[in-house]
Amino acid sequence: MKHLLSAADLTLDEVNGILDLAEEMHQVQTRPVKKLPALRGRTVVNMFFEDSTRTRSSFEIAGKWLSADTINVSGKGSSTSKGESLRDTMLTLDAMGVDAFVIRHSSSGAVAQAAGWVKAHVVNAGDGQHEHPTQALLDAYAMRRHFREHDAEGWAGKRIAIVGDLLHSRVVRSNVLLHRTLGSEVVLVAPPTLLPTGVETWGCEVTSDFDAVLGECDIVMMLRVQRERMAGGFFPTPREYADGYGLTLERLERLKDDAAICHPGPMNRGVEISSEAADAANSLVLEQVAAGVAVRMSVLYHLLGGSDEGGQA
Amino acid sequence: MPADSTDPARVIIDSDELGRALARMAHQLLEANHGAENLLLLGIPTRGVPLARRLAGLIAEIEDRTVPVGSLDITMYRDDLRRNPTRVVGRTDVPGSVDDAVVVLVDDVLYSGRTIAAAFDAVRDLGRPRAVRLAVLVDRGHRELPIAADAVGRRIQTAADERVRVRLAETDGVDEVTISRGAL
Repeated sequence: MKHLLSAADLTLDEVNGILDLAEEMHQVQTRPVKKLPALRGRTVVNMFFEDSTRTRSSFEIAGKWLSADTINVSGKGSSTSKGESLRDTMLTLDAMGVDAFVIRHSSSGAVAQAAGWVKAHVVNAGDGQHEHPTQALLDAYAMRRHFREHDAEGWAGKRIAIVGDLLHSRVVRSNVLLHRTLGSEVVLVAPPTLLPTGVETWGCEVTSDFDAVLGECDIVMMLRVQRERMAGGFFPTPREYADGYGLTLERLERLKDDAAICHPGPMNRGVEISSEAADAANSLVLEQVAAGVAVRMSVLYHLLGGSDEGGQA
Repeated sequence: MPADSTDPARVIIDSDELGRALARMAHQLLEANHGAENLLLLGIPTRGVPLARRLAGLIAEIEDRTVPVGSLDITMYRDDLRRNPTRVVGRTDVPGSVDDAVVVLVDDVLYSGRTIAAAFDAVRDLGRPRAVRLAVLVDRGHRELPIAADAVGRRIQTAADERVRVRLAETDGVDEVTISRGAL
């Protein structure tokens, strides 16, 4: 693997390889010495041109626990604030001999474009409203563990509802692509104003009636209502959004017994998810966060763990 | 190398002999340790793991006490990671703690010694054992590092271009060790 730009880049074997290794990496989190030497001497640059706590810190921890040297470059405080282009910033760092870039950028497609400029490996840590492949991988990791605990392993026949602001979400696109590879069923739920154009071509069931699909889903993934959208005329009030599309206490009680709840965070409690649902026994929210480091360690190892000729032994 | 230039594989240890070799190894370990106290067997994937389990079974029969068994993957500690395509990482599963235990590393073939050197580093990240011992089914020589095994099933003379292959019932459906010349 040279880059991870889109969830669609991964074959089923590669997805399973990443998730399996993440299981091993997860164990490292519980050790007194949280360090593996696999990426000693490699340098990973985190370039985050958009705010992020969990993604940036988990990539940084993942790199450090694999013994890579990690540095952070943010939009503010770097030469980009003096007007340097993304391309020049990256070429500068590439010339220093870094091995990988982990990039978050507010423009859809910026990361894929950047991958063409540099010799180093590139990981997409979220580009605009396009994709966030490592989020989809860690979601799948948390779901897979949940299915295993309930003796229901395997993706075939699993029904996963993704609910909320599909229009502005990169998480949903990466999840749809990943689950196409895994072979599970995705049903997309959103108010008509928050459905992306062309969603009917994604190959998923699409509905605006959450209650109609609620009782038949194995996973309910609630997407964050982005604060800036609340005043954007996409729905009347947060309260009305919660009534139609929030995982309220009343809806929580109608989920299947072994269904689980996901949320990529950060959560707006009381809007898309009630506190009861966020803290429920079948909520995977904290598992998703814990999985973030393990899955990103696995991704970095798959990209940087071998010789630069790539391929899999 | 074309396939027809390779010798057919020759069986050097069959199923019965493999069983006796393991029994010998179990006795060697128990003698050196004056019993089974504090022993912790860690198999190195792939075939070191079933070998460690069998040794634990034999020790349990001899001493009438169970010893903990686990697996220790050393892929990420290899000194040749950067020289090969990305390697698949195996399972590390250590029961309890290695602190103050007598850790016995178990592997199928001892050759250059580099795997075992990597295993020392892996153990060190897990804690501080009282001692680390090494048990191998086959010692084929050609060491590149100052490493020796404490328990050996069989020492064999090999040429560097020969290939020693251990097959076990758990992983390959049959217990045998073969030697062949040339390509895989």
